[in-house]
Amino acid sequence: MDAAGIPLPVIESDEGLETEELILNMGPQHPSTHGVLRLVLKLQGEKVIECLPVMGYLHRGIEKIFEWRTFHQGIRYADQADYVSNMLQEHCYAGAMEAIGNIDIPRRAEYIRVIVDEMSRCASHLVWLGTYGLDVGATTPMLYCFRDREEILDMFEELCGSRMNFNYFRPGGVLYDFPPGMLAKLERFLDRFEDHIAHDYVELFETNEIFLERTIGVGGIPGAIATQYGLTGPILRASGVDWDLRKDRPYSIYPELASFQSVTAVEGDAYARYKVRLGELRRSVAIIRECIANIPGGAVRARLGHVWKCPKGEAYYTVEGAKGEVGIYMISSGGSATNPFRAKMRGPSFNNLQILPWLLQGRLVADVVAILGSIDIVLGDVDR
Amino acid sequence: MAIDQKTPTDVHPIDFEEDVIQRRPLTTQTGMGGHEPRMIGGILANDDNIVFTTVNQIISWARSRSPWPLGYGLACCAIEMMASAASHHDLARFGAEVFRSSPRQADVMIVAGTVTHKMAPRLRRLYEQMPEPKWVIAMGNCASSGGEFWDSYATLQGVDTVVPVDVYVPGCPPRPEALTEGVLRLREKIFKGG
Repeated sequence: MDAAGIPLPVIESDEGLETEELILNMGPQHPSTHGVLRLVLKLQGEKVIECLPVMGYLHRGIEKIFEWRTFHQGIRYADQADYVSNMLQEHCYAGAMEAIGNIDIPRRAEYIRVIVDEMSRCASHLVWLGTYGLDVGATTPMLYCFRDREEILDMFEELCGSRMNFNYFRPGGVLYDFPPGMLAKLERFLDRFEDHIAHDYVELFETNEIFLERTIGVGGIPGAIATQYGLTGPILRASGVDWDLRKDRPYSIYPELASFQSVTAVEGDAYARYKVRLGELRRSVAIIRECIANIPGGAVRARLGHVWKCPKGEAYYTVEGAKGEVGIYMISSGGSATNPFRAKMRGPSFNNLQILPWLLQGRLVADVVAILGSIDIVLGDVDR
Repeated sequence: MAIDQKTPTDVHPIDFEEDVIQRRPLTTQTGMGGHEPRMIGGILANDDNIVFTTVNQIISWARSRSPWPLGYGLACCAIEMMASAASHHDLARFGAEVFRSSPRQADVMIVAGTVTHKMAPRLRRLYEQMPEPKWVIAMGNCASSGGEFWDSYATLQGVDTVVPVDVYVPGCPPRPEALTEGVLRLREKIFKGG
């Protein structure tokens, strides 16, 4: 009975028992929603018959703030959108400015950008791996993942003075060159990291019977559905669609790298998404190694003069982020304007989250967390 | 060593000296003789394992040693909060690693991240659901004062406009060491009965 005294619809469950519909509210404060997402689940017994994601609990108005800040200050706010893989967001924002201004970037700066991008991708996937372990009931992987992530963050701190929210990219390059000895340190880390991937993570996850039971065959997305929903990133490649912006819409020096291949899987379930992300960790290590071997000398930032103003124009620049296509559509009105007229941000988490109601239909309540975690959303990127 | 030859540091019934994070001298010795009662952090102790204290003091000592936080990650700071509790920084050394998912089991709310206008009523409700005594740590610039979203139309300018805050931890985001320092400052405050 609801408040007005009207009886709620009675639905027959599979077992022939009559059950009422139950509305279950999950979030916004829930340990497994990866932030402040709220899900309104309509349940029939143990099954989800409808899911309604409610967003906006972390809407900070970043796109509006872009219009109030100068072009350079905006880089700092692009960090805040996907706060787990900050460098990739900065790359996108800086790339949009360069696309409008037709700036040539020094070769060394491009190599540095790719190295820090891939490090950031590793850091993001490590957070996902650790928290996904927590979601499906394993506490130990998080401790191992954060061990490696700390080393990456230490190197970022050495490079630009901050563990997160770096403010490192600039139009025409990057802020600082690598400090002395950092590349050797990075190589030593990669040796350890490769060993950790091959042994620690594979053994912790792939020999864990509970993890396999909870992920294999759960949350499957066929390739056609994935493209219809506009998914990008590892979740799309896990469904067998080979779409990676690093090769399909090439930017920076990715076309020249021999070690880059996109990682795909065909099954499309949560376990395939895990396999793709683990494969991307290995691929990132190979890319960083190749960049370290071939990195040229020279300047790290194009000379743009003391006061650089973005000329009139508009551009859409995309970067393959850790979660999918990161894009910024920037309009500059030129002249004496110091701020972008508009900077629209396309967040991969927001677009990938749209498939959640489709995925959860008819699934068990116990699978909700396993499916939501496998999409890999960051609420800062969903709400912006 | 015979019992009557013990040095004064060996006979404290409550071993504050073991505490690795001792920030201010807890021991105020009034007599150096082995059998005279001494004041230890406001607690009167002598050699016969008898402690004279007040109930309030012993309770606040016990409370200060394991403040269980509410797992309340909002934004960027939540990642650093997770890093504080994870292997490298290990907040468990200070008894504050048990992140509770339910506010009814938590002692301290670490507001880690930007609080938006949409989230503020929920934050207030979670605070009210926590049992007394309760404390709040505002982690990061956004939670402390609005931070870099000082002119945003959607965010709260400091979480202290909604709930009373005990410790502010500045930084964007604060390092895990900074959060640990915040937890230690909160322990001091709780120990003093705050």
